Amino acid sequence: MTMESTKKVFHVMYDDDDKLMDAAKNLVGQGVRIKDVYSPFPVHGIDPVIGVKRTRLAIASFMYAMTGTSLALFGMWYFMIQDWPMNIGGKPSFSLIQNLPAFVPVTFEFTVLCAAHGMSITYLLRNGTLPGMPATNPDPRTTDDKFVMEILTEENAMDAEGLEAAVKGTDMMEISIKEYAA
Amino acid sequence: MQQEASIREPLILGNKTYKDITDDVVGPIQGAPPLSWKIGIAISSTIAFYGVGCILYLIGTGIGVWGLNKTVGWAWDITNFVWWVGIGHAGTLISAVLLLFRQKWRMAINRSAEAMTIFAVIMAAIFPGIHMGRIWVSYWVLPLPNQFGSLWVNFNSPLLWDVFAISTYFSVSLVFWYIGLIPDFATIRDRVTHPIQKKVYSVLSFGWSGRAKNWTRFEEVSLVLAGIATPLVFSVHSIVSMDFATSVIPGWHTTIFPPYFVSGAVFSGFAMVQTLLLIMRKAMRLENYIHTKHVEYMNIVIIVTGSIVGVAYLTELFISWYSGVEYESYAFINRFSGPYSSSYWAMMTCNVISPQLFWFKKIRRSLLATFVLSIVVNIGMWFERYVIILTSLHRDYLPSSWSEFHATGVDVGVFIGTLGIFLTLFLLFARFFPVLALNELKTILKSSGEEQKRIQEEAKPNSKAS
Repeated sequence: MTMESTKKVFHVMYDDDDKLMDAAKNLVGQGVRIKDVYSPFPVHGIDPVIGVKRTRLAIASFMYAMTGTSLALFGMWYFMIQDWPMNIGGKPSFSLIQNLPAFVPVTFEFTVLCAAHGMSITYLLRNGTLPGMPATNPDPRTTDDKFVMEILTEENAMDAEGLEAAVKGTDMMEISIKEYAA
Repeated sequence: MQQEASIREPLILGNKTYKDITDDVVGPIQGAPPLSWKIGIAISSTIAFYGVGCILYLIGTGIGVWGLNKTVGWAWDITNFVWWVGIGHAGTLISAVLLLFRQKWRMAINRSAEAMTIFAVIMAAIFPGIHMGRIWVSYWVLPLPNQFGSLWVNFNSPLLWDVFAISTYFSVSLVFWYIGLIPDFATIRDRVTHPIQKKVYSVLSFGWSGRAKNWTRFEEVSLVLAGIATPLVFSVHSIVSMDFATSVIPGWHTTIFPPYFVSGAVFSGFAMVQTLLLIMRKAMRLENYIHTKHVEYMNIVIIVTGSIVGVAYLTELFISWYSGVEYESYAFINRFSGPYSSSYWAMMTCNVISPQLFWFKKIRRSLLATFVLSIVVNIGMWFERYVIILTSLHRDYLPSSWSEFHATGVDVGVFIGTLGIFLTLFLLFARFFPVLALNELKTILKSSGEEQKRIQEEAKPNSKAS
């Protein structure tokens, strides 16, 4: 146990988003790897600094949308053309192409339905935010007005003392250093 | 950091910090409910129970208890349906269309406007449901294989399009609203101390932790949902209008209906937002977040959409004469001079004439005038649907089938009841939910806060001393 407990996690708190931004740029410039940032609202511009990649959720949404379009068109073709064609007021449903204008509204609605719900479910799963999940923010103040930077010693070439000195050189508010067994 | 022109009015008044925003919104949730809230919910839930009673009586007896007859097969029920769906349009318009246009003023009002949307769409959905008569077989509107052979629902019918449109609109609005609520529920979770409150809000917040990647995804989802909800808003009321426009009833089968209905929906929706928010901002002391400028912006939307609606009224009137179609022109002459002419003139006054007062800046920025006019618009828009539906139906092609509709107590009771249910739901929302989008408001504090703007202005080297 004693051997493994040399790994440390730093939680550095800032009281302003601009201070956090400056500190992140400063630390990354010194070669520090920042694992994550917890904030009460989206801090614009932090992602490229700490190396968060762009999300591909929009691509996923497009794929769900195309699935919806295809399902809607296939369904209506099967119900109205293939399985039970009807002659409604002299307008027979014997051809998908001729009936297509009437199928546009439902196709559109079903496309939106699949895109929106598919994307939302993917979003919740990827974020790990589901009913009953425990909160993992290190300090309850990060959902109010404070910003916390998380740095792990195991991800950094610098030792704990060096990291502490670098972090204390920024305009920070509080620091908490915890040891954890990997 | 984003800078905003100093000539723009600040959106958040006073010297607020991030913590103040949290305190102002979460504080009322933690405290005991004020007496006014208790009185409000007592009245609204009484009305709601009366409405539920009327609905149960209707379901138990049959829709004959409404004033419908063979000629007028649709009256208050569909009027109320269209009215409620229309009101539901403002929420998504505010949160989706204004998000795409990057309008920051939406952030103070979007949360409650979306809640209003969801409750209004639920109220709307009650009416076609109970009009079916046998509500327990309402699942027959879905394309399910059934015991009568493979007889499917008719995908050529706008009524079925409506099923898809309304259910998509409701579920997408709900998800959009909830995704925005998750981070704010987390804020409440991390603040409340009462164990039951803590438990409830931690379930509701889905374990949100606010990591950088979570926020990136959050913003992407908001943007894409806004992008697809925007055409959805327009499609929903267009499809509602096609319930009428694709029929062969004079006064209904006009190509102007989709845009005309969509503007009418936005018009009435914003009016309802004004009515509710002007009370809420006072009751919950949110005057610093929802102030004169927000009200003025909404009044500008009201005058634009109201004028579109006015032009549509005059256009259909002119075209009914210009078309030379006897039935069409009779339908419109009957509208303004027939047995329901009082409804027609109420509609014209409330929707076309009185909103024009908003051209005056003084009236547009007066909260009292806005409150009164917003109720006038709501009344006018109810009469619009009543006029369109009833005057076109009660004069059939055969004069022997002509009849009139008179609302019964159950007609009135169900409508008043939905108002009660709606207000009850809204009051519960105002009590237990974060009524402002906390995480969004905090992002605009530095660029649009009053004190922050003043400091920025003073920091500029060449700024004039004011």
